[in-house]
Amino acid sequence: MAEPLLTLSGVHTHIGRYHILQGVDFAVPAGGVTVLLGRNGAGKTTTLRTIMGLWRASAGTLTFDGRPIGSLATPDIARAGIAYVPETMGIFADLTVRENMLLAARSGPPDPGRLDWIFGFFPALKTFWQQPAGVLSGGQKQMLSIARAVVEPRRLILVDEPTKGIAPAIIENMIRAFRELKRSDTTILLVEQNVRFASALGDHAVVMDDGRIVHAGPMAALAADAALQGRLLGLSLESHT
Amino acid sequence: MTQTTPPAAPPAAVTTAVPGRRFDAVPLVLVPLLALVALPLVGSINSWITLTVAGLAMGMMIFVIASGLTLIFGLMDVLNFGHGAFIAVGAYVALSALGPLAGWIQTDALGWNLAALLVAALAAMAVTGVLGLAFERVIVRPVYGQHLKQILITMGGLIVAEQLIRVVWGADQKPMPLPAGLRGAVLFGDIAVEKFRLLAVVVGLSVLGAMLLVLNRTRLGLLIRAGVENGEMVEALGYRIRRLFVAVFVAGSALAGLGGTLWALYRETLTADIGAEVMVLVFIVIIIGGLGSVGGCFIGALLVALTANYTGYLAPKFALVSNIVLMVAVLMVRPNGLWPVAKR
Amino acid sequence: MLDRILSGDRPRSPLLTALLLAILLGLAFTPFLFGGAQPINTAAKICVFIVLVASYDLLIGYTGIVSFAHTMFFGIGGYGVGLALNAWGATWPAALAGWLLALLLGVALALVIGLFSLRVRAIFYAMITLAVASAFAVLASQLSDITGGEDGRSFRVPEILRPGTRLLAEPVLGVDITGRILAYYLVFVAALVLFLVLLRVVNSPFGRVLQAIRENDFRAEALGYRTVWYRTGANCVAAAVAVLAGGLYALWLRYTGPDTTLSFTIMVDILLMVVIGGMGTLYGSVIGATLFVIAQNYLQKLMGIAAKATEAIPVLSRLLDPDRWLLWLGILFVLSVYFFPTGIVGRLRGAAERQR
Repeated sequence: MAEPLLTLSGVHTHIGRYHILQGVDFAVPAGGVTVLLGRNGAGKTTTLRTIMGLWRASAGTLTFDGRPIGSLATPDIARAGIAYVPETMGIFADLTVRENMLLAARSGPPDPGRLDWIFGFFPALKTFWQQPAGVLSGGQKQMLSIARAVVEPRRLILVDEPTKGIAPAIIENMIRAFRELKRSDTTILLVEQNVRFASALGDHAVVMDDGRIVHAGPMAALAADAALQGRLLGLSLESHT
Repeated sequence: MTQTTPPAAPPAAVTTAVPGRRFDAVPLVLVPLLALVALPLVGSINSWITLTVAGLAMGMMIFVIASGLTLIFGLMDVLNFGHGAFIAVGAYVALSALGPLAGWIQTDALGWNLAALLVAALAAMAVTGVLGLAFERVIVRPVYGQHLKQILITMGGLIVAEQLIRVVWGADQKPMPLPAGLRGAVLFGDIAVEKFRLLAVVVGLSVLGAMLLVLNRTRLGLLIRAGVENGEMVEALGYRIRRLFVAVFVAGSALAGLGGTLWALYRETLTADIGAEVMVLVFIVIIIGGLGSVGGCFIGALLVALTANYTGYLAPKFALVSNIVLMVAVLMVRPNGLWPVAKR
Repeated sequence: MLDRILSGDRPRSPLLTALLLAILLGLAFTPFLFGGAQPINTAAKICVFIVLVASYDLLIGYTGIVSFAHTMFFGIGGYGVGLALNAWGATWPAALAGWLLALLLGVALALVIGLFSLRVRAIFYAMITLAVASAFAVLASQLSDITGGEDGRSFRVPEILRPGTRLLAEPVLGVDITGRILAYYLVFVAALVLFLVLLRVVNSPFGRVLQAIRENDFRAEALGYRTVWYRTGANCVAAAVAVLAGGLYALWLRYTGPDTTLSFTIMVDILLMVVIGGMGTLYGSVIGATLFVIAQNYLQKLMGIAAKATEAIPVLSRLLDPDRWLLWLGILFVLSVYFFPTGIVGRLRGAAERQR
């Protein structure tokens, strides 16, 4: 069994007085898509932000690629090979699409081949290349945010609810894009509430509730067990789109 | 629109028929508008030209000082009430630097004059840059994120700095030696334009040009513009924004030192509170321009300086009040300044 | 009974209570305890500044607003009374009319400035008040026909307050009871009353809302309090008290001018007093003002002596020059913000808490 790429052990995170993560334990295997599911307020975004160092864990350890990252600063965590696509997308509206991509490409101008590959599944980015990113629609901004995370190869990509508020047609587009990404040797940790999206892409499923992990296992098994879904998520995979 | 598009350049080239964001030209128009409105009030064309050039020159100097402050605030969310200290220190360092160069200043030869000023300016910028480094580490860094404490502490820093200037250089008013070649005016037909003012305009435009170049064409500039919008995301992309903060703080302080040098030469006298004197105008400028916006700062500086000069001529007692009125007028229409920056 | 007077806001520290009592008694009996003009001048200044700083504490300590326009209201009070007495004769009606007009102007200005804060971010507010106060100060010195310009105006006060007026034939406890003594007690009593009024305000429901706004204005707004109105209200109350204090000071000095009321140095002094004394406590202003004014008067003399003594050592002598008083104050100020954010009162109360 290969070493997991990312491991969280007994991670607690406090935000002010609020104790959000209450002992999170899970592992993300290398390669493939691990989906982090759970209801609103379960602590999924907090988990991603803690991994990224934007919030500091008050207890527990986080290990990436064998190295502890719990006390590293965010830029160092990013440089270790983790990319982050936040819920709010984090697009720089006053910068052009090109400049956003340029910024994300730390080692120099983006490789044209790589860009073509990205344009393949996000054609809108090519159209708006010289436009300020603020003029993009919600779905297009999301595409830009994801594109930034993959403009250079990264070991692990953290994606927070990419389909939130996005039109269904665009979601289809995204599923195709993520399938492309899966083929490229990157590990993805995907937080999602859209269970259909999750089950279409996910290889492994981890379910959170009230700041703790309540289930971890293959996605296929979860998808097949409606009763389990009901208990963990309060709804079935079919109803939520 | 981006805060950094040069005033004269056309909006981003549209390669296909997609709706781009329109370039917001209204603030640009305000400057000539103000000048035109003043013309009938002033009456004589000659006086008007003199006042307008004086206003432009003063505006450039204020811009040099204010641009650093607005970037520091935009990027770091730090309110440095102590910025005035850098203005004063820069001016005094320049004074000291010009002392041994008396020979270069007293000659009419423009070349030597400019060389002397260059040396003085570089000395001023170097010292205030280092001072900025110390200030950031000792005074500002411990209170990141706490606005109340920032205001209090930077104000305290300003007081201490001004007092130390008095200790080192003395509390009396000192004359600032304007080089011989830059005294007097150049005649364009009937119109006299002071030589130093022309220099100020040239310096101001150069600083503007350099800033726009760095902000728009370099990776550093990219980081700054992105950081002003969303510092957290910049960190998540792998950049150590803390170092960027320090760099911008140092640059902003050095610019204040340069501005102080120019200002002291403009007034030809120097006292320890030269910084505080300018800072009120600087605050008005960055509020009008929009905190974090270099372009807005430029327009704001020109508007404020022109207003000060026109009212200084028409109704001298109300010069500062007129700038308050200007500030209120702008805020009524645009509560976040002329060219607000898209905030996180 | 005491609780009602203090509006339930007790000092909560034995040492603090002792200090406050000492200051109260000292101020109450200054004319009898200390002879000469300087002690009584110092005491009057302390009374005025206690009130002025307390009103500023209402803004900065309780509501969390940083304003640099406080000296403007102080000046409005001073000029209101001073110009009225100057123009309309040295009578009580003139003085009261001046005070009233100043109060109206001050509150109106505070209202306008406060409502304006709706449109701009809190951070702008500090800068705007700085600009407005500077403009006002410039205006006051420029309109010299009215205001006396840089030199200010001296004027006569109502007869009963004049030093020449003897109120009692016989001296009491060795002190001649002149109009000056009466003037002092006017200042003392008025200051005491105003301070207790402020204590009432901060301990009222209104005051509690202010503190809630200071802690988290989003939440306060969400709870249904229109923060703009409360902030404006605080602004107006603080301004009103500052105006009244200004009027008192003018009556005492028999003079009003930009350097006693409008100068930025005074604004800085207020900041120092409120921070060193302790923000958000009101009692902090008592401690801070007393400490500051006494130090300013007597410490400067000490510095003068020290500077002369070290004349041989160049830099040291310059650092100890009494004119460099502000340098040491500035350093103390910066250190206070870092290490004593709760000020002297906060420290004393903290120590008392730990003792329990």
